[in-house]
Amino acid sequence: MSYVSTAMKPKPTLGGPGTDQRKKSRAAAWARRAPLLPALIFVIITTQLPFAVTLVISFFNWNSLRPNDRGFAGLSNYIQVFADPGLRHAVWVTILLTASVVLISLVTGLLIALLLNQKFFGRGLVRTLLIAPFLVVPVAAALIWKHAILNPVYGLINGILTGIWELFGSQNPPQMDLLTDQPLAAIIASLVWQWTPFMMLILLAGLQSRPADAIEAAQMDGANAWHVFRYITLPHLRQYLELGGLLGAIYIVQNFDAVFTLTSGGLGTSNLPYAVYKTFYIANEYGVASAAGVVTVAGSLIVATFALRTVFSIFKKEAAR
Amino acid sequence: MSVATKQLRLSPKRRLKNSGRRNPLVGLIAWITALLFVSPVLWMMITSFHSEADAATNPPSFFAPLTLDAYAQFFGAASGANPWPPLINSAMASVFSTILVLLLAMPAAYALSIKPIKKWTDVLFFLLSTKMLPIVAAALPLYIFANFSGMLDNIWFLIIMYTSMNLPIAVWMMRSFLAEVPVEMLEAAQLDGAGLIRTLSQVVAPVATPGIAATGLICFIFSWNELLLARVLTGVVSGTAPVFLTGFVSSQGLFLAQLCAASVVVSLPVLIAGFAAQDKLVQGLSLGAVK
Repeated sequence: MSYVSTAMKPKPTLGGPGTDQRKKSRAAAWARRAPLLPALIFVIITTQLPFAVTLVISFFNWNSLRPNDRGFAGLSNYIQVFADPGLRHAVWVTILLTASVVLISLVTGLLIALLLNQKFFGRGLVRTLLIAPFLVVPVAAALIWKHAILNPVYGLINGILTGIWELFGSQNPPQMDLLTDQPLAAIIASLVWQWTPFMMLILLAGLQSRPADAIEAAQMDGANAWHVFRYITLPHLRQYLELGGLLGAIYIVQNFDAVFTLTSGGLGTSNLPYAVYKTFYIANEYGVASAAGVVTVAGSLIVATFALRTVFSIFKKEAAR
Repeated sequence: MSVATKQLRLSPKRRLKNSGRRNPLVGLIAWITALLFVSPVLWMMITSFHSEADAATNPPSFFAPLTLDAYAQFFGAASGANPWPPLINSAMASVFSTILVLLLAMPAAYALSIKPIKKWTDVLFFLLSTKMLPIVAAALPLYIFANFSGMLDNIWFLIIMYTSMNLPIAVWMMRSFLAEVPVEMLEAAQLDGAGLIRTLSQVVAPVATPGIAATGLICFIFSWNELLLARVLTGVVSGTAPVFLTGFVSSQGLFLAQLCAASVVVSLPVLIAGFAAQDKLVQGLSLGAVK
């Protein structure tokens, strides 16, 4: 990162050759910016404009089924969002879902990464197999979990329970119905299954970049495996854990596919994205949906602040290299 | 003296802890974990080759005879539901948006890494911040706009939105891959008087091809997987494969083998793209922060 720019910093001289030079350097600066502009303008128009519109709509009374009732509503949509127990619950579900999926898949991913960091027969194949869950289309994954794995009648889990119990001559094996009894746990399980490979990949890369000399020095000083893990591996992995957790959180906060497919937001599993979708797509309450959308954005900004700070600190370290 | 040289020669071998010796127990646990994780995928594949009667049994019929019936059914033998339009729509949305993303992201990444503008970090972090705003909050204005301008149920509107969805992260990934192009090569190109387009196509692209390909594959996967925007912005004509999959269960009743066959077909492009990008997957997905 040691690019020295010569075209920058025009000298503040007045008249004659000075202005000429300044003009030239300004042209050079624009020539540098030119390749960036199409992408930047495209992103600004397609991402900032819709959010601005959402913000505006959130202050209006607008149900598409009653087009004549449209009018300024002040903060009433927001009051409705916070007064609606369903939407309040959706906030809680979003937090619970994001936190548990991120934490469980980080821990599972770390354990698997620690295994994969050892040498054993077929390590490459095991790594490839473990990536597979991340590469199933999320809707397909949710459908498979719902119908082929968790279905109480012929799902794989109950089927295997029956098989094992029959093996021992029992006629009444334990059968479970996770989708009805613990629907949120079912969503969490399917998402953990999809996101663990992602965490594992990032943490494995972290493990493989550990300072070998520090570990050897510690081992020579008589440190046992736990000490090496606690005082060298874990501190080194910290930024990888943060990065994996925050990137995962950005995607899981927004999760729509799993909630939509597994439970359709029923049985108290509706998260904010699903609630917003339902409010405008099914209930046609554009104003309320926009207010809920603004609340979702505000919540995401909290996660985003931490995420951006973490990425920035890694970024600065890399740039200093 | 001889002891010292011996140790020196040995040390590179012992770079990673415990990696010098194989531990059969570790291998066994790792294999069991991998099989456990991949079992839903395997079960999906096995079931897709079973007849409907063998697919929905308790206990499961692992060794039932294999058949291609479910695939024949899925491709419209009896039901009349034709999966080709949604598959083609998905292919169009993913391929065209990925091409657009690469065309826009390459020059942008160039201006942010190889010849960085002033405040290039600000631009990068602005781009990343747009990725953190939930799509659902933009879906309603997009729906209203599409409805108003007659772009609803038009695959090209979806292509534009997927381009916007993937462009910020593509710039990040690409920046990290372009930063690996040797400075000397770029200086040589500059001395030869090569312009932006020639530098990009003749110097940068050949060196950064694996990275550019990985960026493209990851964007392809994200577009192919997307459900929310597709559901809101498309309908009968331009519905994509994920939308088709969600409607598949309700319209067909429950045919487990067919559902598994459908899931296999829809997931296949992503599995292929993902394994093709395997070596660069971590660097790409971590936005270049992890090499």
